[in-house]
Amino acid sequence: MSQSLYDRIGGDAAVNAAVDLFYRKVLADDRINHFFDGIDMAKQHAKQKAFLTMALGGPNNYTGEDMRKGHAHLVARGLNDSHFDAVMENLGATLTELGVPGDLIAEAAAIAESTRNDVLGK
Amino acid sequence: MSKITFNEKTYDLNENETVLECLLRHGVDTPYSCQSGSCQSCMMRATEGTPPIEAQAGIKPTLQQQNYFLACICKPSSDLSLCAAGNEALPKQQATVIDKTPLSAKIMRLRLAPEQSLSFQPGQFINLHRDDGLTRSYSIASLTTEGFLELHIELIENGRMSSWIHNELEVGSSITIEGAHGDSFYLGGRPEQPLLLIGTGSGLSPLWGIARAALQQGHSGEIHIYHGSREPQKLYLMEELRQLATKHGNVRYTPCLSSGEMKGVHVGRAADTALSEHPSLSGWRVFLCGHPQMVNDTKRKAFLAGANFQDILADPFTINTN
Ligand SMILES: Cc1cc2nc3c(=O)[nH]c(=O)nc-3n(C[C@H](O)[C@H](O)[C@H](O)COP(=O)(O)OP(=O)(O)OC[C@H]3O[C@@H](n4cnc5c(N)ncnc54)[C@H](O)[C@@H]3O)c2cc1C
Ligand code: HEM
Ligand code: FES
Repeated sequence: MSQSLYDRIGGDAAVNAAVDLFYRKVLADDRINHFFDGIDMAKQHAKQKAFLTMALGGPNNYTGEDMRKGHAHLVARGLNDSHFDAVMENLGATLTELGVPGDLIAEAAAIAESTRNDVLGK
Repeated sequence: MSKITFNEKTYDLNENETVLECLLRHGVDTPYSCQSGSCQSCMMRATEGTPPIEAQAGIKPTLQQQNYFLACICKPSSDLSLCAAGNEALPKQQATVIDKTPLSAKIMRLRLAPEQSLSFQPGQFINLHRDDGLTRSYSIASLTTEGFLELHIELIENGRMSSWIHNELEVGSSITIEGAHGDSFYLGGRPEQPLLLIGTGSGLSPLWGIARAALQQGHSGEIHIYHGSREPQKLYLMEELRQLATKHGNVRYTPCLSSGEMKGVHVGRAADTALSEHPSLSGWRVFLCGHPQMVNDTKRKAFLAGANFQDILADPFTINTN
């Protein structure tokens, strides 16, 4: 069996290195940071880790249905494709900054992209 | 097989079962989400026994030290007693008021002698329970070696607990305490790391404990203390802090008054002053205590200025609504 993307990128340690970088970008990004207001930063930080673990194909038990339910309150607040694209952009920039090779970044982007319809409740 | 005890009930773990699986199998309603150790929704604390180190991955070091762990990745090798994170009630005990000294017109220093020894770190907080049930949290300013618990209580206008402490509580009387709680304290191991301590009003209390604990443990990196208030009466321990800075070359102390004028005091808010003097906080450890809005805003700003999330330790003095 070939190694998962998650293992090739460096597993838990790589995700940990990515979380702060990614979360900092999200908080500084005026296109999407209002979705993250008013939620306890520690909880939010942990959820960024859940997001990155999932996007990098790491161990998780989230289903498409979980993603639908988990983002439904954001869709009600106007979450749409442009916000999804912004998150994708921040994900790519984070991995680039960490020196992850382009082909692995493309794999991660494809995993995240595959959740689009569920996240946006389409 | 190991056993876990939760809410006074004991459950047997099946082979290779996680604490979360075991609780859910027994119909216990407990929070969780990712079930793979990343979202931290299932965080619990072991009140007896030690959780396996793997079950503490990714948790803040000051929480690891207090035996917090993630239930969904915890396969205990020995028996554990558990409580849910955020819902920890520790044993209550009585403490005697051994000293009550005003540090300024608005701040009272209270020293308590607990009946039994209390395990705490300077910077954590305890809950004070008045006989009628009124409960409030106060941060610990004293060192573990000082033999008493020191609290700094700010007089709040119409404040039930604070005015009772200032005006009625007598030296020699007894009060119920419970704790210690909180993850904002000094952990050794990185003695060269620069520290930034920002507090408003009685938010200086935990910082006074944290700064001295760091020095006691041989911290050699810079320790910058910014203490601010709107009112001169809430700037206190100024002489002691100046002396601390004279005695230890790595300590810098900047008292701040948000408006007005006072000799030897910087005009401006403590957090604004600190962040403008230290625009890059990459590699720093940051402690924030006091006014909830200051703490929450500064947490975000310190993170954006480059501090690692795990290195930002904060205690908002949240106002009670009951
Ligand atoms: C983790 C933690 C640690 C704390 N540590 C300390 C500490 O070390 N020292 C300390 O003095 N306090 C500390 N506090 C605050 C303390 O717990 C009480 O909230 C405070 O003493 C007021 O309680 P009270 O019963 O006197 O006032 P209450 O009777 O609860 O409030 C009276 C009125 O004053 C308002 N009010 C309450 N607090 C403030 C405030 N800060 N400024 C303006 N208005 C206010 C209330 O909204 C209310 O209208 C801490 C709080 C937390 C959560
Ligand atoms: C790119 C695909 C995405 C994936 C794979 C994803 C994944 C996740 C995961 C795993 C969680 C944690 C759920 C939990 O355990 O509670 C989460 C929560 C969250 N996501 Fe996403 N997400 C995506 C896109 C987005 C976008 C585009 C936004 C907004 C701009 C967003 C905003 C949030 C917020 C605010 C939360 C926290 C919700 C809360 O706690 O209330 N996500 N996401
Ligand atoms: S359920 Fe997510 S860390 Fe345990």
